[in-house]
Amino acid sequence: MTNHPVLSVHKISMRFGGLNALNKVSLQVFPREIAALIGPNGAGKTTFFNCVTGIYKPSGGYIELNGPDLRPKRINGLKPNLITRSGLARTFQNIRLFENMSVLENVMVGCHCRTTSNFLNAIIQTSSFKKEEQGVIEKSYELLKLVGLQGSANLSAKNLPYAEQRSLEIARALATEPRLLLLDEPAAGMNPQETTKLDQLIMKIRERFNLAVLLIEHDMKLVMRISDKVFVMAQGEKIAEGTPGEIQNNPRVIKAYLGEEVDVVS
Amino acid sequence: MKLRIIHSLIITFWFMLLCFPLVVLKIDYLEKSIRFRWINLFLTGLCVFFISLLWRYFLSRRRKYFLRLPEHFFDLHQSRLIRSKPFLFIFSLVFLSLPLILPNYHTSILITAMIYVVLGLGLNIVVGLAGLLDLGYAAFFAIGGYSFALLNHYFGFGFWASLPIAASLACLGGVLLGIPVLRLRGDYLAIVTLGFGEIIRLILENWEAFTKGPSGIPDLPKPGLFGIQLDFYSSTIYLYYLLILCMLAAILVTKRLSYSKTGRAWVALREDEIAAQSMGIDTTKTKLTAFGIGAFWAGIVGAFFASKNSFVDPSSFTFHESAIILSIVVLGGMGSILGVILATMILVLLPEYLRFLESYRMLIFGAIMVIMMVFRPEGLVKSVRQQYDFKNLK
Repeated sequence: MTNHPVLSVHKISMRFGGLNALNKVSLQVFPREIAALIGPNGAGKTTFFNCVTGIYKPSGGYIELNGPDLRPKRINGLKPNLITRSGLARTFQNIRLFENMSVLENVMVGCHCRTTSNFLNAIIQTSSFKKEEQGVIEKSYELLKLVGLQGSANLSAKNLPYAEQRSLEIARALATEPRLLLLDEPAAGMNPQETTKLDQLIMKIRERFNLAVLLIEHDMKLVMRISDKVFVMAQGEKIAEGTPGEIQNNPRVIKAYLGEEVDVVS
Repeated sequence: MKLRIIHSLIITFWFMLLCFPLVVLKIDYLEKSIRFRWINLFLTGLCVFFISLLWRYFLSRRRKYFLRLPEHFFDLHQSRLIRSKPFLFIFSLVFLSLPLILPNYHTSILITAMIYVVLGLGLNIVVGLAGLLDLGYAAFFAIGGYSFALLNHYFGFGFWASLPIAASLACLGGVLLGIPVLRLRGDYLAIVTLGFGEIIRLILENWEAFTKGPSGIPDLPKPGLFGIQLDFYSSTIYLYYLLILCMLAAILVTKRLSYSKTGRAWVALREDEIAAQSMGIDTTKTKLTAFGIGAFWAGIVGAFFASKNSFVDPSSFTFHESAIILSIVVLGGMGSILGVILATMILVLLPEYLRFLESYRMLIFGAIMVIMMVFRPEGLVKSVRQQYDFKNLK
C-alpha cells in the first residue's frame, strides 16, 4: 500500500441542534482497499457518508481527497457535484434511482461530470457532440454489462427488481469514474445468493477500475468476507478500527453491539 | 348498487342544501317579499342524483372500460398511422394550405393556437422536464411582447430587429427569476413564481410614464417581408407560415435538448434532486438553463403575439394565461411534445369554436379537465424516454 490515503477524514463533527451525530471521527482509506464501516443503528454511519459526499456540511474537522496528482484536496464545504467530480461516488441506502428514466439513461446521467458538451452543441448537433454522446452510450452500456443489466437497458428503472436496482445504482456511481466508491448498505434486502453475487461484483470492480471502496453494511458475513479493514462506529464516535479478525474480538465492539455484560452472580 | 344509491342520495342532499339560496329563494323587490321556488330544488336534486349515479358507475367500471380500448390506444406517439410517411405528408399539406382555403378569422385562430403550442413547449421544459412548477410563465410572454412594443414605440425598431432582443430579455428574466428560487421546490417555488408573474404584470400596469399603463401600446407593425408591403389579409397568412417555422424550431430544439446531456440532467433533477447532485450534476446551472430556455420561447412568441394583435396591454398576461399554459402541459402529459400539441387543440381551439354555446363553454372546458384528470392523470400522451439501439455495440 502506498502512503497516500485516497480519503482521509480528520476529526469531523456534525451537530443537529443539540444532537452530536458525529463526534470527531477520523479515518483513512487507502487505494485499492475495501473498507467497511459498521455499527449499530443510529451510530452515525449514513451521516458520515452525507458529510463526506457534501450533502451535509460538517460542523467541525476536515476531509481530504487525494487528487490524481497525489496532492490532497480539501472537499468539505464543496457542493456534492464538485465532490463527485473530484473522484468520489456513492450509492444510497434507500435506493434513489431516476425512476422514470431508462436503465441506460440512469448510467448516462452518471457520465455527466466527465463530458464537456453544452446545450448549444446539442441544439446544433455538432459532430463533437454526437461523438461524445455515442461515447457515453457505449461506456454506459459497458457498465451495464459489468453489473449484468445489459438486457434491461431500455426498461424504466422503476420496473427493475430490487436487487437489480441496487446493481444499477453501483453502475451509475461507476460512470462518474470515481477513485473511491461509497456504498451505503449495498446488500440490504438481498437474499444470500444475491449477496454472494454482490461481493463478487465489488471485488471485480476493484480489480477492473483500481478503486477503493468504503461500504456501510449490516450483513457481517459479507463484511468479514470482503473487507481489508473495518471501522466501527457507535453513538457518533469511531470506537475501533482493524482487520475483520481484530474487530470480531474487540471488547468495545462487542459491548456496543450486545450491551454491557452484567455480572449475574453477585 | 345499494351503496352507490345511498352515496348518491347523500351527495344530492348536500347539493340541494348548497343550492338552496341560489335556486329556491327569490327576493321580490317590488312587493318586498321572498318567494320560494320549491320546484327548482326538486329538479336540481333529480339532476344531481342521476349525474352522481352515472359518475359512480363509470368510475367503478373504469378499469373494464379502458381494457376494451385497444392496447396503447393513447400511446399516439407510437402509432404507426401517425408515423407513416403518407399520413405526415397529407397532414402537412392540409396544414400548409389551411390559410389559403379558410377565411382570415380561422387563420387568426390557428395562429393563436400555434403561439400556445410554443408557449406549451417552453413551459414543458421547465415543468415537464425539469419538474420546476412555474405559475408565472405568462410574465416571460409579457416581457417578450412588451420588449417588442417598447422598442418599436420609443426607438422605432421593426419586428425582426426586436425579436432577438425580446427573446434575450425574456431569457434573462428567466435566469433572474431562477437565481432566487434555486433552493425552492414544489409548492414554495409555485408561490414565488406566481408572485413574480404578478409583479411583472403590475409593473406594466402601473408604470404609466414608460409602459402607457392599462391602455396599452397600439400600432405595432407586422413582421416585414424584405420591404414588401402586405395588406391585412396576406400579412396574416405570412404570420401563419412564420409561426409554423417557429413552432417547428421549438419542437426540434426541445426534442434535441431532451435527448441530450442537458435534457437528461433536467429529468434527473425532476426525479431526485439529491441523487442528481450526487451524480455530478450542477443543479444551479441545470435549473437556470431550464428557466432560461423555457423563457426564451415565451419571449419569441410574445413578440409574435404583440405583432399579430398590433397591440399589447397588461390584461393579456394575467395569471389566467399562466394557468392555461400550465393546463396545456399537464393535460398533454408532462414532458411530451405531441401531448402539448394535442392539448393546445383541446384547450385553445375548443373554447374558440364552442363560442355558440356562450357561457356554457367554460363549463364544458372545466368538465373536460376534471374528467381527464380522473381518468387519465398522466395526460393525453405519456412521455416515454428514448430507446437506444445496441446492435452496433458489442
